[in-house]
Amino acid sequence: MGLPIFDAASDPGPSFTSLLQASGLDALPGGDLAGTVPHATTVVALRYADGVVMAGDRRATAGHTIAHRSMEKVFPADRFSAVAIAGSAGMAMEMVRLFQVQLEHYEKVEGVTLSLEGKANQLAQMVRSHLPLAMQGFVVIPLFCGYDLTRKTGRIFGYDATGGHYEESDFQTNGSGGPDARTTIKLGYRDGLSRDDALELAVLALYEAADADSGTGGPDIIRGIYPIVSTVTAEGYVQLESNEVADRFSAVIERRRELTGDAGGSLR
Amino acid sequence: MTMPFYAPPEQVMKDRAEYAQKGIARGRSLVACLYEGGVLLVAQNPSKTLHKISEIYDRIAFAGVGKYNEYDQLRVAGVRHADTKGFAYSREDVDARSLANLYAQYLGNVFTHEMKPLEVEILVAELGGGARPTQLFHVAYEGTITDEDRFAVLGGDAESILETFTGLYVDGWTLGEAIAATTKALAGPDRTLGADQLECAILSDGPSRRTFRRLDDDELSELLAD
Repeated sequence: MGLPIFDAASDPGPSFTSLLQASGLDALPGGDLAGTVPHATTVVALRYADGVVMAGDRRATAGHTIAHRSMEKVFPADRFSAVAIAGSAGMAMEMVRLFQVQLEHYEKVEGVTLSLEGKANQLAQMVRSHLPLAMQGFVVIPLFCGYDLTRKTGRIFGYDATGGHYEESDFQTNGSGGPDARTTIKLGYRDGLSRDDALELAVLALYEAADADSGTGGPDIIRGIYPIVSTVTAEGYVQLESNEVADRFSAVIERRRELTGDAGGSLR
Repeated sequence: MTMPFYAPPEQVMKDRAEYAQKGIARGRSLVACLYEGGVLLVAQNPSKTLHKISEIYDRIAFAGVGKYNEYDQLRVAGVRHADTKGFAYSREDVDARSLANLYAQYLGNVFTHEMKPLEVEILVAELGGGARPTQLFHVAYEGTITDEDRFAVLGGDAESILETFTGLYVDGWTLGEAIAATTKALAGPDRTLGADQLECAILSDGPSRRTFRRLDDDELSELLAD
């Protein structure tokens, strides 16, 4: 590896993906056979008073088998944003890794961070460049959220397989358990939720998704594996301690046990 | 037919070295040193946006003196090299020594083969961790590379600053002490430098994977006042 010095005409600028192309390194390469690839599953993001909550289950499946019980699907993209993935696991991980490096690379080369909108667009370009593989069955669909330091608010962006991205006003979910999670959040959501209420709603949404969708993992009490729950606020990205997540799931489970499995009619 | 003038290689090299030294001497100097919490880099730089000191990677910082456009090009190349290597292999495989060697080769090549040598002197600093020690690699305009394990001085007045600073340096001093001494050495005997004249950054372990942090004017003034 030599020192990457380019002449003015072929300079890749602050884009890490262009730099990889110019260096002959192929980002987002192709992978395994379709059908044997583990598919990742329910992720949610919702806005609250201080920013955004993002959460995702831990299960990866290959066909009808559970391939992995402790997969992470929610990642910090940089200090003030987070990305969650659903779809073809191997390629989704690679896309997240590339996205993380891209944001840091831009920041170091340019000396300033990208705007939240700019980050969302960058991710869209990665999803779009992945389209040929998506058409072969290796679909990767991210969910992106962050704290906008200029607007002083949390923002959420949803994507489709072609790289189309849409800003969501309040919440968005993704993955095979996404519809169940979305309905749960829709019924419990109101503007300006407190941190506590937002976390409770996110946990409940994951619980409902796992309850209805075989591809979504619920809280694994026996092994002590719980979904990843994170917040992004003016203070940056923070992932909740596993204990706190466990406590929140225990509360949901306890209520359900009292009602022998029923939700109880008050969204709990 | 006209004959090209013959110039002995010794003369060519001497002229180029003189040219580069003159260019570097016009710029202001920079000091890097170890302190109890990591590495401190201080440059005399009134600009708040055109940096002499920057982040390359998680534990690596870059500093340059001389012509801004030339060392900034090297800085960007360093970031590109480090990010590409970290992406292709692993983050822990990125090290300052290999980067400093690449810089040395590039500067050496430009010095011998191009019309004009680069009028820069650069420093690659790495915060130690795991099996690696903290190290400062100093690369001169003609590609000479030296590794320092306590401090390094770059720029026009390097000799006199080095003399002052060597007398002041104490192993394991605090950040405040280190800043006071570097500022004193950079200022020389006849003047003092305020926070607005300095650019200052540290490599120090914290909660984040990235250890590079700039000290802003307020923080710097406070440290200088102590």
